[in-house]
Amino acid sequence: MTLSLSDPAWYPIASSDDLPFRHVYQGQLLGRELAVWRADDGNVNVWENRCLHRGVRLSIGINEGAELKCQYHGWRYANRSAGCTYIPAHPADAPARRIQNKIYPVAEAFGLVWSAAQDSDNIERPFAPFPGAESGQWFPLRPMPVNAAPEDVLAGLATLAPDDRPADSLPGLALRLGDVVYFVQPVDAGRAVIRGLLPSTPADATQALRHYNEMLSKLRDRLERAAAKKPAPEPLAPAFDKVSADLATMPDIAIPRGNTIPVVVKRKWTSADGVIGFELAAREGHLPTFQPGAHIDVHLPNGLIRQYSITNGPGELMSYIIGVKQESASKGGSKVLVETVRQGDMLAISEPRNNFPLRRDATRTVLIAGGIGITPLLSMARFLDKSSLPYELHYFTRACEQVAFRGDLEALHGTVLIHTGLPRAEIGTTISTALGAWSQAQHVYVCGPSAMLESVRTTAAAQGWPDEAIHFEYFKNDKPIDDSSAFDVELARSAMTLHVPAGKTILEVMRDAGLTVPSSCEQGACGTCLTTVIEGEVDHQDVYLNDSEKAANTCMMTCVSRAKSARLVLDI
Amino acid sequence: MPSIDPIDHIDPITRDLWQVIAATDELPVGQIQRTTLLDVPLAMTRDSAGLPVVWRRSDEEAGDDVDPENILDRLPVTTGYGFVWTSLGTPSAALFPIPEYAEADRKNMSCGSIGIHVSAPRAVENFLDMGHFPYVHTDILGAEPHTEVKEYDVEVSEERDEVLATRCRFMQPRAAKSATHAMEVEYVYRVPHPFCSVLYKSCPEDENRRDVIAIFLQPVSEDRCRAHLLQSMIDSTSTITDLRRFQQTIFGQDKPILENQYPKRLPLDPRAETPIRADKSAIAYRRWLSQKGITYGVIPMAS
Ligand code: FES
Ligand SMILES: [Fe+2]
Repeated sequence: MTLSLSDPAWYPIASSDDLPFRHVYQGQLLGRELAVWRADDGNVNVWENRCLHRGVRLSIGINEGAELKCQYHGWRYANRSAGCTYIPAHPADAPARRIQNKIYPVAEAFGLVWSAAQDSDNIERPFAPFPGAESGQWFPLRPMPVNAAPEDVLAGLATLAPDDRPADSLPGLALRLGDVVYFVQPVDAGRAVIRGLLPSTPADATQALRHYNEMLSKLRDRLERAAAKKPAPEPLAPAFDKVSADLATMPDIAIPRGNTIPVVVKRKWTSADGVIGFELAAREGHLPTFQPGAHIDVHLPNGLIRQYSITNGPGELMSYIIGVKQESASKGGSKVLVETVRQGDMLAISEPRNNFPLRRDATRTVLIAGGIGITPLLSMARFLDKSSLPYELHYFTRACEQVAFRGDLEALHGTVLIHTGLPRAEIGTTISTALGAWSQAQHVYVCGPSAMLESVRTTAAAQGWPDEAIHFEYFKNDKPIDDSSAFDVELARSAMTLHVPAGKTILEVMRDAGLTVPSSCEQGACGTCLTTVIEGEVDHQDVYLNDSEKAANTCMMTCVSRAKSARLVLDI
Repeated sequence: MPSIDPIDHIDPITRDLWQVIAATDELPVGQIQRTTLLDVPLAMTRDSAGLPVVWRRSDEEAGDDVDPENILDRLPVTTGYGFVWTSLGTPSAALFPIPEYAEADRKNMSCGSIGIHVSAPRAVENFLDMGHFPYVHTDILGAEPHTEVKEYDVEVSEERDEVLATRCRFMQPRAAKSATHAMEVEYVYRVPHPFCSVLYKSCPEDENRRDVIAIFLQPVSEDRCRAHLLQSMIDSTSTITDLRRFQQTIFGQDKPILENQYPKRLPLDPRAETPIRADKSAIAYRRWLSQKGITYGVIPMAS
C-alpha cells in the first residue's frame, strides 16, 4: 500500500492528554500540518495549521477558550467553525466576508484524538471504532514516533507477534497483537507514530508503560536503521486551497444574501415577564460563525421576517439563543413566534449579519440595554469576558420580573448593574453617571427603546463623547423617507426600463409592471429586497446596509432607496 | 547527475541587482569571510586600501589569510550605507538613493545582521506591516488595545520604480529609544529594491525631521535570508549600543514568527492568502514583484 494524500481513513493524530487546558497542539497527518485544540466547552478542533491571513502556524497561536488567536496580527477564529470573528487592524468593522479556515473531522475515543483527510462539511466516511473496540476499557500507551515509512512500520509491528499467534490485521494501518491494538499514524511518507491501546488499565501503569515503551523503542531503532539504508521517500505535498475570489480582491464588501438555514426550536421558555427565550439548533453539525452584535432574520410561519440578536458567547455554535418580546399589540411578528411556534418546530433563519460590531480595542466599554435590548449586549459582554477585557453593563427594566437572561448575566465576570423600576428622571442621571466623561479609546453600545437610544446619544454627546464612540443599532427605520425624486430603472435581466415617479418606490413600480419581487418590512430594515446595482448612483435611505456597504454602491434596498442619478441599472 | 550552476536558477532581474552581503566595517582586511548569496557560495575580504573583494568560493575557509591581489575572478562590488554589495549579473551603476544618509548630524550605524529561515520577500513584507506591532512587538512598537491600522496611501512610483506608502499612522507606547510615552507615530515606507525597504518615522526629538531605518535583505536561498539593518538617527541621547540593542530586540521578536510562516516563499497569487485594507502596501509590493518578473524567493502566479 502506498500512502495517498486523499486517503479518507481515520487515524489517531494525538492523545487526549496532548490537549491540556488552553493549549494548542501541533499534529500532522498525511503530510498536512494540523493545529489541534480543545475549547473550554470540551470540543476538539482539528484545523489546517495555517492562518488564512499571512500563513503563520496556528499551533503557535493562543487558545482563548472559545476562540483561537493568531500570534502575528491577532485574528480570532471561532471554536467549531474556524470562522474569523475579529480582525484587530480594523476594529470597527465586522469581518463581513466569510473568512473560514480549513477544518478536518474529529472524533475522540479510547484516550485518542482521531481525524481524517476528509472535508468536514461533507464527511464521506464517518468515524467507526475498530472491530472489537466495545470489549475493552482501553488504556493508551505512550506514542512512539518513528522515522520510517508508515507501511514499513506496520510490517515491523507484525514481526513482534510470536510464531504461534500471528498478528490480526485491522482496517487502516492497524493490527492486533494478542489483546493489544496498535495503530500507525501516517505522519508523512517517511514518518509515522505508533499508538497502542491496552485492553484495560494495568495494575501497575508506570511499569506497563515502561515495558511497552522499551519494546517499541527497540522496534523503532530497527526500523530507522533499515529506513536509513533505503532512499528517503518523497514527502507528501499537500496543496493549500485558494481563498475565494471575493476574499482576494481587497475591498471587503460582499453582502450575504438569500441563503436560509433550517433550524429546530430546541427549547422555548419564559426568560422573564414578557420575554420568551428561543434556542434554535442546527439540524446537524453547527451553525455559522457570528460576531458579537450580530442578528439573524427569522422567517416566520406566516411569511413575515423579523430580526433578532444572537445572545451567544464566542464559539457557541451548536445553537443560537434569542429573546423575543411578548407584545400585546404586536403587528404579528413576535406574536406568531410567541404564540404559535413550539418546541420541536422547524424554522428558517438567515446567516448572521452584523450591523452592530463590537470593537475589542477599547480601554473601557460601556454597554447600555433597555428591556429586550439586552440581547446583543449580552453577547458582547460574553465576548469581552472571554478576552478579559473591561466593561460595564447597565441593564434597565421597568420591573424586577422583567429582567431576562438573569442566570447568564450572573455568570459574567465584568461589572453588571441591573436598574429596575427607575423613574424617568433617574434613568437620565443613571445614564449620565454610567457614561462619565469621555477619553480616548472608550466606547458605548446601546440597544433599547428609541427614547433610551436618544437619551444615551444626547447625554453622551453633551459629555464629550464623539460620534464614533457611540454605537447603536436600528431594527426599525424611523427616518423620514424622501421619495421626491424621479428617475428610470433599467432591469438588466428582465430587459425592461421603468420610470419611477416621485411618491412611488422602485418596488411598487416593479410590481405594477407585473414582476414578482420579494420584500418583507418595506421600510428598509430587513434586507429582503436587497438588489444588486450594476450602474448608477444610489440614494440609500435604508437602515439595513452599513456605511461601507452603502459607500460601495453595489446593492440597494428597492423598498425605500432611490437614485441620485437619472438612471439606475439593477440586476433583476 | 551533471552539476547545475545555481546561477541558472536565478531570474535575470534578481541576478542583475546589487545584493547586500556584509557590513563593510566588519569585513576583515586580508582574511576570508564566507557567505552565500542566491544559493551561490561566496568568499570575501578587504584589500589593503580597505576596498572589498568578492568572488565565488570553492574550498576557501573562513579566517584563512588571503592576498586579494591574487583574486582575479572577481564579482562586481560597491559599497553603500555602510554595507558591501555585490551582484551575480550585470548591475546598474548606482545603488538606490537614501539621501538622508549624507546629512552631517545623523548617527549612521549598521546594527548587525540576523539570519531568518524565511524568504527575503516575506521579511520585506513584515517590515512594511504595522498590524503586527501590538502582537509581536508588544509594549515597544504597539500594545493592545491600540490595534487599529488607519487608512494610508500607497503608490508605485513609475519614475523611481519603487513602492511608496505614506500617511501610515500607529499608536506606539515606545516608538524609539528616546520616546518615553505613548504617541501616534507617522511612518513613510519605501521599497526601492525587491529585497530592501526604507522606513522614515517621525522623530521624537525634532518634528521636522525623520529617523531613518532601513532593512537590506540578503537572499541566501529561496527560503532563507539575512536581514542587515541600518539606522540613521537624529537621536542625540542614546548611545550606539542602546540603539543597536533596540533594533536587535525588534528583529529578535520577528524571527520566530517569520520562521513559522508557510509557505516560506512569498505567494504572489492574490488568492493564496487573505489580504485586508491594512495590507495595502503588501498587496502593492506583491504586484510590483510580479510585474517585474521576480521569481526568486516567491511563488509566482500560475500563468
Ligand atoms: S497571519 Fe494570522 S493574523 Fe495575520
Ligand atoms: Fe516586526
